[in-house]
Amino acid sequence: MLTFTLRRLLLAIPTLLFISLVIFLLVDLAPGSPMSEIPLTVPPEVRQKMIEAMGADQPVLVRYLLWLRQFFWVEPATLIDGWFGTSLAGGEQRILSWQTRSPVFTMIGQRIPQTLTVVGTAYLLGVLIALPIGIYSAYRQYSWFDQAGTLFAMIGFSVPTFFTGTLLIIIFAVGLGWFPTKYDTTLTVTDWDSFLAHVRQMALPVLTLALANAAAISRYMRSSMLDNMGQDYVRTARAKGMSERTVVLKHVLRNSLIPVVTVIALGIPSIFGGAIITENLFGVNGIGAALILAIHANDLPTVQTLAFIFAVLIVLFNLIADILYGLLDPRIRYD
Amino acid sequence: MTDAPTAPAPRPRSQARAIWDQFRTHKGALFGLIVLCLLVLFVVIGPLIWQPEKLRVAEALKVRNLGPSWRFPLGTDQLGRDMLYRMMQAGKVSLAVGFIAMMIAIFVGTTIGVLAGYFRRLDGPLMRLTDMFLALPLIPLLLVLVMLFRDRIAQVLGPETGAFVLIVFAIGITSWMQAARIVRGEVLALREREYVLAARSIGAAPRRIILRHILPNVISPVMVAATLGVAEAIITESVLSFLGLGFPPDFPTWGRLLYDGLQYMQLYPERVLWPGLAISLTVLAVNYIGDGLRDALDPRIRGR
Repeated sequence: MLTFTLRRLLLAIPTLLFISLVIFLLVDLAPGSPMSEIPLTVPPEVRQKMIEAMGADQPVLVRYLLWLRQFFWVEPATLIDGWFGTSLAGGEQRILSWQTRSPVFTMIGQRIPQTLTVVGTAYLLGVLIALPIGIYSAYRQYSWFDQAGTLFAMIGFSVPTFFTGTLLIIIFAVGLGWFPTKYDTTLTVTDWDSFLAHVRQMALPVLTLALANAAAISRYMRSSMLDNMGQDYVRTARAKGMSERTVVLKHVLRNSLIPVVTVIALGIPSIFGGAIITENLFGVNGIGAALILAIHANDLPTVQTLAFIFAVLIVLFNLIADILYGLLDPRIRYD
Repeated sequence: MTDAPTAPAPRPRSQARAIWDQFRTHKGALFGLIVLCLLVLFVVIGPLIWQPEKLRVAEALKVRNLGPSWRFPLGTDQLGRDMLYRMMQAGKVSLAVGFIAMMIAIFVGTTIGVLAGYFRRLDGPLMRLTDMFLALPLIPLLLVLVMLFRDRIAQVLGPETGAFVLIVFAIGITSWMQAARIVRGEVLALREREYVLAARSIGAAPRRIILRHILPNVISPVMVAATLGVAEAIITESVLSFLGLGFPPDFPTWGRLLYDGLQYMQLYPERVLWPGLAISLTVLAVNYIGDGLRDALDPRIRGR
C-alpha cells in the first residue's frame, strides 16, 4: 500500500507539471493578453520598461520556471512564515494580482472560507440526501419509490445548476420571500439572530448544489447496493436468522459504501467547478466568483493561479480516491 | 421424400428492427425521442411558419416588456423583440453547438481510442495524455480560452461565426476523453478476435482492418457516448453563456437568453423560465434517449 501510494504520488508530479504548462502557455501565448494592449500613446522606451518590469521579455521557459518557483516555493514558504514566524521566503516576489496589486494567495485565503462553507455544507447535505434514497431504492427495486428516485436522479442530471438556482430564487426568494436572493458576505455571526440570517442566506445556494450532487450519488449508491444484495454472504446472513435491518444496514451497506466513498471523493473537485456558477448566481464571494471577476478584468496571474488550484484539487482527490479504495477494500491489493 | 413443401420461413428480423423494437419498450427513451423531435421541429420549422412582423425602432420601443398575447405568444423583451422568435433562433444555435461539438469530440475520441487500442506502442503515451486531459479543470479552462481568443477570432471570422467556431471547437477538444477510453477498451478486446487475425493473415493493412473490421463493431458504445455528449455539450455551452463568456446577445443561444433574462428575473420571471425549460427538456430528452440506446444496443438485454 505504501509503495502504491508513493508511486501514485510520483506519477502525480508529471501530471501536475503538464497541467501547469498547459495553463501557463494557454494564457501566455494567447493573442488577447494584456501585454499586447498597452496603449499606443505610451512611448516605446516606457513600453519597454513596462514589459521588463513585468518580466515579459524573458524567454518562455524562464518565465514558466519562475512561475513554478513562485507557486511551489515562495508561496508555501510565505504561508509557513505566517504561521511560525520564520523567514523562509526572505521577502521574495509573490504572485501579484494585476487588479489589486496584492498577492493572489492573500485574496484566495480571504475568499476560501466562504467557498468551503457553502460548497462543503452542500456536498454534505447532498450525500445525506443521496444515501438513504439510494439504499431504499435498491432495497425495494422497481417500487414506486425506486421509480420516483430514478426520475429525481434523471432530472437532477439534466437540469443545469444555473437553472435550478434561478428557479429556487424565483420560487422561494421572489415569490414566497422566505430567503434573500443574494448572499450577504458582510454578515458576521455573533448571536442567534445573525446565525439564523446566515442559515437563511445559505439555504438556496446550498440546496442548489446539494440537489445536483444528490442525484448522481444516489444512483451510485443504488447500483452498488444492488450488486451486493444478490451476493451469497447476504443469503448466509439471512439464513443465520439475522434481522432484515442488520442484514441491509450492516452487511450490505458497509460493502456497498466502498465504491460510493471513492465516487464521493472524486466528486469533490467537480463541485468546486459547479460552485463557480452558484457563487456567481447568488453573489457568494468565494474563489469561483473571484475567477470570473479576474477573467472579466483580464487579470492573468489570478486566473492562472485559480485554474491551477482547481487542477491540483482534481489530481489530489483522484489520488485520495485511489488510496481510499485500497484502504477500504482489503480484496484490492495494488502491490 | 425431401421435397415436401416447407412453410416459408418467417423473414429474419433485421438488426435495426430488433434495436428499434427494444428501444420502443423503454418508455423514457420514447418520450425523449418525441420531445427531441418536437424541439428540433420547433427550432427548424418554427421560424419558417412564425415570421414576426418587422418593427421599426420607434414601434419596437412601444412594445417593450409585453406579456403573452396573440401578437407575441411569449411576450417581448426589453428591446421589444418577439421572445418566441428569439427562442427559435437561440434553440437552433444551441442544438447546433451541441451536435457539432459532440461530433468533434467523438471524432477525436474515436481516433485516439482506436490508435491506442490497436497499436500497442501508442497505447501508453495516448492513455497518459487522456488521463492528463481528464485532470484539467474544464470550466475554468474553457472560460480562459474564450476570454483570450474571442476578440482575435471575432476579428478574423466576424463576431457570430467567430463565437460559434471558438466555442464549438473548445468544447469539442475538451470532451473527447470518455469516448477515447470506451473505444480503446473495446478495441483492445476486438483486436484479439479471430476475424481480425484472419484479416491480418491474408495481408490486410492496419488501415483496412481498422476501418472495415474494428470500427463497425465499436459503433454501439460510441453512439451511446455521442448521445450523452450532445447533452454535455449543450450544458457546457449554456454555462459559458450564463457566465457572460458565450455568444453575443444578437446571436443568442438558450443559455444567453437565460443570462439576459436574469436581470429582469424579479419582474418577468418567464424570460428565465422559457430558455431554462428548453435547455432542461433537451438535456433530459437526450439523456433518456442515451439510456434507451444503451439497452437497445446491448445484445445481452435485447430480445429478452
